[in-house]
Amino acid sequence: MKALCWLGKNRLAVEDVPDPKIINPRDAVLKITRTAICGSDLHLLDGFIPQMERGDILGHEFMGEVMEVGPEVKNLKPGDRVVVPFTISCGNCFFCNKQLWSLCDNSNPDARTCETMYGYTGAGLFGYSHIYGGYAGGQAQYARVPFADVGPLKVPESLKDEQVLFLSDILPTAYMAAENCNIERGDTVAVFGCGPVGLLAIVSAYALGAERVIAIDRIPERLRMAQSRAKADVLNYEQVDLMEAIKEMTGGRGPDSCIDAVGLEAHGTTLDAWYDLARTTLMMETDRSHALRRAIQVCRKGGTVSIPGVYGGLLDKFPMGLAFAKGLTLRMGQTHMQRYMKPLLERIEKGEIDPTFIITHRLPLDAAPEAYKTFRDKQDDCVKVVLDPWAS
Amino acid sequence: MTTFSSAPPRQAHPTARAAVEADQGRPIHRQNVGELERWISGAAGAALVLHGLRQRSLASLALAAVGGGLIQRGATGHCQLYHRLGVSTADARRPALKHGDVHRGILIKRSVTVSRPIEEVFAFWRHLENLPRFMLHLQSVSSTGPDRSHWVVRGPMGSTIEWDAEIINEKPNELIAWRSVEGSEVDHAGTVRFSRAPGDRGTEVHVELNYEPPGGQFGRAIAWLFGEEPRIQMEDDLSRFKQVMETGEIASVDGQPRGH
Repeated sequence: MKALCWLGKNRLAVEDVPDPKIINPRDAVLKITRTAICGSDLHLLDGFIPQMERGDILGHEFMGEVMEVGPEVKNLKPGDRVVVPFTISCGNCFFCNKQLWSLCDNSNPDARTCETMYGYTGAGLFGYSHIYGGYAGGQAQYARVPFADVGPLKVPESLKDEQVLFLSDILPTAYMAAENCNIERGDTVAVFGCGPVGLLAIVSAYALGAERVIAIDRIPERLRMAQSRAKADVLNYEQVDLMEAIKEMTGGRGPDSCIDAVGLEAHGTTLDAWYDLARTTLMMETDRSHALRRAIQVCRKGGTVSIPGVYGGLLDKFPMGLAFAKGLTLRMGQTHMQRYMKPLLERIEKGEIDPTFIITHRLPLDAAPEAYKTFRDKQDDCVKVVLDPWAS
Repeated sequence: MTTFSSAPPRQAHPTARAAVEADQGRPIHRQNVGELERWISGAAGAALVLHGLRQRSLASLALAAVGGGLIQRGATGHCQLYHRLGVSTADARRPALKHGDVHRGILIKRSVTVSRPIEEVFAFWRHLENLPRFMLHLQSVSSTGPDRSHWVVRGPMGSTIEWDAEIINEKPNELIAWRSVEGSEVDHAGTVRFSRAPGDRGTEVHVELNYEPPGGQFGRAIAWLFGEEPRIQMEDDLSRFKQVMETGEIASVDGQPRGH
């Protein structure tokens, strides 16, 4: 089959590799009909995530048709059309039983690395380095899905692939980020970053009752999309003094909650952002946390900062004193996918949420290496790339 | 509470002490490395030399030099480091460990919580034939009597090591303790304790292993180089045990496709 492989920092290629097969009794093998590039995939391209190996197959947002199931998979059969969560969860452990699916104890076969780094391991992830198990990803024609009796969600024929594809990651991720804000009537939510997760977080915040969403980015096309399609008030942080502008927009109070949909490769114009850039370039720091600092700075007293953006290492100049003084609540972590997939599928079926508006590029899998760079460099007004593994 | 005075003294093996005493004032080239360990030392040395010479960096040359030292150690049966430390692994027969004996062997303690009822967790472990399912270095365990079993282990670099063990204490749903029988190639004793985790959160499994690695401390260092450090091995074994008990399978990516 064809698969997108990681060959090194900034080096990707579509290669011919063997087809996947059933390895464990609870596996399924899928023929992939659509797959997408995630903003977090760009951290792999840029070499920010350690423990990648040459030849690793990328991709964790995918859906398709069940080809084969292992003997212990009773709820799926060949021919079923499913969307697959990016986290792999066993469904049996303490954490899965508590609905903390992304903290699964049992799905990372290479837990050693994660335990050495963090002292514990979370769930295995598709196509996201050997820290998270080294599972082959879904930017390919076929994929093996472990614990297939727990993860994949069947989708009705009435919905098109593109309508449900984002149930694999970014829609539940954005929704959980908004849910973590504990939105109350009259609340204002500030969303940092208008990439795919940020845009869907705006939609989710409104769906959960936010009065107003302020979206912050620097890319004109993304701000336009946040304004026209997601109905947010927008701020370009390269053109305004962010603190002043947000204070002004909120009558001096600050937003009730902030969502950092940027993560560890933040850009900025203030001194601390340049400091981060210098330190990470010199390998003296792992993560650039400018967006998170800003979120903590602007959030109102007693508010919530929700962090769907990915962080991997140690943060420098983290304004802990400020967070403490304001009595902030910080909420974060990988998405507990199974909590959200079914309810969000119902919302999509009812027409309450249509996440397809973020798609700007529809390309064959062969174009993936170029598409990663277009997406990373935000060229061609790129916001979201959807790949067809079978188109030529 | 443990105090220093009540802690058992950490001391060298009696025969090793005797060897050191006998060494006083004698030429240093006395054999203090056991046969198996000599063999391992020689083979590891050769591997390091070959590996080191193949790459032409300064670090590889240093590695090759270390390898040379290992070969000499294997060939002569004398180890300078052991000599300085007053240690010898050259004695052919070593007495089996007594339960609770603090020896100069290795003590490993690791624990894991399994979300299954204590009866089930105990029964799975007590059926010793199950152990190789999650202890990957075990080739087989077979019961040879009500309390006796025969163990075959994959050693470093393709060797196998076998011994017989007996269960010396057993309390259903609480404890299994065993040790290798006298005269075994590996001196080995262990205890697994089972207890209910608070709030019906399953079963806590606490494992304690006390053993003398084949090839002495040296064998342990070599095994560590090749990724078989016993503490890590035990931790990995226990997470596989948990996986088997909770999910019925062991998470794996062996055999999945990858690029070039």
